[in-house]
Amino acid sequence: MDTMEKLRILTDAAKYDVACTSSGVDRGGVKGGIGSAAACGICHSFAGDGRCISLLKVLMSNACAYDCAYCLNRRTVETRRATFDPQELADLTIRFYRRNYIEGLFLSSAVVGTPDYTCELMLRTLTLLRRTHRFGGYIHVKAIPGADEALIQALGLLADRMSVNIELPSNESLTRLAPQKTKAGILAPMTRIRNGIRQNARDLVQYRSAPKFVPGGQSTQMIVGATPESDRHILQLSEGLYKKYSLKRVFYSAYIPLVEDSALPAITTAPPLLREHRLYQADWLLRFYGFSADEILDDAHPDFNPQLDPKCNWAVNHPEAFPVEVNRAPYETLLRVPGIGVISAKRILRARRTAKLDFEGLKRLGVVLKRARYFITCGGKSIGRIRTDNPAVLAGILRDRGLPQGGVQPEMPEQLSLFSPTEEDAVKCLTGQL
Amino acid sequence: MSDGPTVIYYYDGTYMGFLSCVFESFAAHEIPVAICPADAADQTALFGAKYIETDRERAERVRVSIPKKMGLEAQELLERAFLTCLPEKEKHMLAFLRLGYRVGRPVCGMLTDPVVHRIDKAVRFLEREAHLLLGFLRFSEYGDVLIAQIEPKNSVLPVIAPHFIARFSGEDFMIFDRTHKLALVYRDGEPALLHADAIELPPESPDEQRCRAMWRTFYETVEIEGRRNPVCRRTHMPKRYWKNMTELQHLT
Repeated sequence: MDTMEKLRILTDAAKYDVACTSSGVDRGGVKGGIGSAAACGICHSFAGDGRCISLLKVLMSNACAYDCAYCLNRRTVETRRATFDPQELADLTIRFYRRNYIEGLFLSSAVVGTPDYTCELMLRTLTLLRRTHRFGGYIHVKAIPGADEALIQALGLLADRMSVNIELPSNESLTRLAPQKTKAGILAPMTRIRNGIRQNARDLVQYRSAPKFVPGGQSTQMIVGATPESDRHILQLSEGLYKKYSLKRVFYSAYIPLVEDSALPAITTAPPLLREHRLYQADWLLRFYGFSADEILDDAHPDFNPQLDPKCNWAVNHPEAFPVEVNRAPYETLLRVPGIGVISAKRILRARRTAKLDFEGLKRLGVVLKRARYFITCGGKSIGRIRTDNPAVLAGILRDRGLPQGGVQPEMPEQLSLFSPTEEDAVKCLTGQL
Repeated sequence: MSDGPTVIYYYDGTYMGFLSCVFESFAAHEIPVAICPADAADQTALFGAKYIETDRERAERVRVSIPKKMGLEAQELLERAFLTCLPEKEKHMLAFLRLGYRVGRPVCGMLTDPVVHRIDKAVRFLEREAHLLLGFLRFSEYGDVLIAQIEPKNSVLPVIAPHFIARFSGEDFMIFDRTHKLALVYRDGEPALLHADAIELPPESPDEQRCRAMWRTFYETVEIEGRRNPVCRRTHMPKRYWKNMTELQHLT
């Protein structure tokens, strides 16, 4: 089989993987080598589904030994199988990279033969890239659960980011749909990677030249909508992963029914794109806005409000926190205002050192007054503040209109502030937010 | 400054030429209604027009005064502002300078001031476009040389050059900006910015064509059909970039 055909098969098999970001590592070019990495990440293209293409995202192989119910590559499915030769894949990566098609490689794999053998193939590919080609671009590699610890360690020393897929948000769902996988089996490599990163941080303090282990951190992803967990359950899981496992990103993937199975939603079910979108919005609140999962959803409201984004939802239900005086409020408080994002909050802090802010000025700072006006005062004045304590009235005004038909794309770095998509958000890469 | 008769400055279009205009404006106590790049020959006849010769010494005096009076950030902001596609950028930069000389270092933080806002906004557009092109730019291989063509609204080449030089330090490459007729040429480890009206390219080799075909295959295969969303794609990747992108050219 020629490379073109393998590329087609192994891209097709990898495309449901969500993460494609190339962020988290800043590395200059090397004389005599090729490649560098930019901390903010760089999108090289956008696919017809609107998702960012940053890395050459392929599987090493789709010839899987396992039989997970939700998976396209399960052993018992009738489909064409292919496996890249490490040399072939390394060459293809370099050819694409030199033409500036990609930022690097995202390598995952089905379990071909055994986890160890799969890992060895991947390790050979990465070794060729890093040692033979002296490739300095971005590499994201997926840890294969069940592989030998030494192999994971070796991969981690060559990769920028490693990830282990949580797959499904609870152990019960795993047992039902992926009987070969368990929560413990997934968390074990995650723990090892975290410990490896921590150990490496200590080594680097002592020896500046110590080899770097997964410098871009680890991420994970889970499928949403294939199983019955609530939004609150998922968000709490994410919060735990950020805190306990120091993950850089958790990705969510709306379940698209591809295989018939009595344990799964019917094949005609539409992917829950709005729910996925809300999860990403809430995820942003966890990582950049100082919210906790319990503030966003609680026992009385275990699922997202389809009408309101989570930040607006919090604001309309907490009238006691508003209005906020933009000329005095601290950064953390400004961040809680719908229509003010991370960048506009910082610009407010800066601008108010030299001038008193008015509404016209706020517009110039990138604040989305359409939303913010109900929650702020400028020098004691307010416009459009509604004299009502009834959250339903405010909610009606702020309701999400015209949500993109296919949902919104998760992994674009441009979406720092999903709530106030202003032109400044697009340049956040330049200011190094991520 | 006096409210004398209106005057228009013409200059050679270089940054040092612009700084010479700034010097003239202060020396002559006048604020030109416009500062326009032009050839020395075709403007002298115009009423109220002055051609300002580029004077190294005068320009240098203005150049060093900027970081001294209003900080390094202002210097960088102005150098970048000169690369933007802001209409009448010279006039707005002069206004920024006049404000900067008056208020000093805080000028860059005066983000709600219309004069500062206009410059800041234009520079952010330049930087955003430069960032997009770090990803959207496509090289093709001709012999051993990599060549890319771009058509940006802002003159992004000086902004993106360090990135590509660091990334492809071992290669020979050229990036041609068709809008501004400017080329970044990197050869044997030495970069240069050159003016060029156009570049002529030989036909692509079979190997280059194969590589492009594989990239298009990847691009088309990686899309999830069930989530097709052309609006989202266009929002993140405006159509004006498509014609220079290997995987999208055929759609334009």
